[in-house]
Amino acid sequence: MRKLFMPLLVVATAMFAYAPFMIDQAAYESSMGLVSKIFYFHAPSGMVMLLSAVVCGIASALYLWRRNPGADRLAMASAELTVLYGLIVIATGPLWARKAWGIWWDWDARLTMSFVGWLIAISYLFVRKYGGPGSDKLGAALAVFGTANVPFIYLSVNFWRTLHPKTSVVPTLPPLIRGPFWFSALALFLMYLLLLTARLHLERQRAALDALYLAEED
Amino acid sequence: MFTRTALLVLKKDFAIEVRSREILYTTLLFALSCVLIFSIAFVKEGEPLLDAAAGILWIAVEFAGTLALGKTFERERYSETLRALLLAPAPRAAIYVGKMLGVVVLLAVAEALLVPLVALLFHAPLLAQPLLLMALVAAGTIGFSSVGTLFAAMLVRARSRDVMLPILLYPMTVPVMIAGVRGTSALMQSPADVPSAIMWIGLLASMDVVFMTIALWTFEPLMTE
Repeated sequence: MRKLFMPLLVVATAMFAYAPFMIDQAAYESSMGLVSKIFYFHAPSGMVMLLSAVVCGIASALYLWRRNPGADRLAMASAELTVLYGLIVIATGPLWARKAWGIWWDWDARLTMSFVGWLIAISYLFVRKYGGPGSDKLGAALAVFGTANVPFIYLSVNFWRTLHPKTSVVPTLPPLIRGPFWFSALALFLMYLLLLTARLHLERQRAALDALYLAEED
Repeated sequence: MFTRTALLVLKKDFAIEVRSREILYTTLLFALSCVLIFSIAFVKEGEPLLDAAAGILWIAVEFAGTLALGKTFERERYSETLRALLLAPAPRAAIYVGKMLGVVVLLAVAEALLVPLVALLFHAPLLAQPLLLMALVAAGTIGFSSVGTLFAAMLVRARSRDVMLPILLYPMTVPVMIAGVRGTSALMQSPADVPSAIMWIGLLASMDVVFMTIALWTFEPLMTE
């Protein structure tokens, strides 16, 4: 991954630079107008957020039962990125909702669920930062619980009324929208991969530094 | 062996509690003050808002439960007995179960007082379906306590544990709260919406099973130093 980092960074930058042109040329959604363009940013960010949360959960389980320090670093990095991408989703959603539904926020199933998931990811970071010694295991248990909780949050909020467009929207996109959509999704995913690599590298260096300090003290 | 250890832990906590009654009284008083504060927010011109009682009941349980959870483990930490408990040649999971049962019993006592009180003060027909309400409250309490006991136990050694417990516990117990509140308000309708109440009870029961399984599973690696 380290050899690929620079080339991928160049590719991702180029993709980000080109994405606005592509989104501009995409078919104009008549009922929503210009606001519908948020979709190219909002939905892929949501996908990456989910992916990142799943990575965090699996890595935490690995750390809890296998004591693999690499898994812990991966969990930490993906939790941070879950919060970052969650912020994008939560910031862009209301902009669209204001136009489409006439309100900034609604306690609908998908919104509640994203919000709760985002809160859990934040509380994970909170534990890691302020938990003191042993917070790595604390955080891991939290992440495992959070992941197991996802189906229940999904079910319980789904029995409420729902406003948010269904998941069936993405596979049935018209061709003129599909291209730019997956382009944006790929760009955001690449950014996730790059950020994750950079973050993992930083954590590795930190761990190495800590090990050196400990060796010096002995 | 497993059941005996769990019951012994429960008996020990119970004996301490019977002597001091500290946790019971603080929990009850706290639940009462919660109800009082809600009465300010949700009563309009002498009439309580529709459906408010369900939310008030469950929020009071959740808040009071957080207090009780923090206290049960604070006691162990204070007298340095948690290590002794963990050193005992018994399955760790049994200690967890004993602790959790203690919290459940305590909350059951608090709920026995809270439910009639909320029904009375907010003119809510909470007791129209007593058996279903009991099943709902029991399933919700077990779900809440199973997550809560694990988190309280693992936070014993953490810094700023008092702040941390609600921050971790509330997002995690959101589905329990949703199911509890929705189920209770289904029971409060006239006539009671029994099928959807049963659906929520079922959802709560499956949550209990999953939460308990993961908690029993993670308690051992979590409490090992």
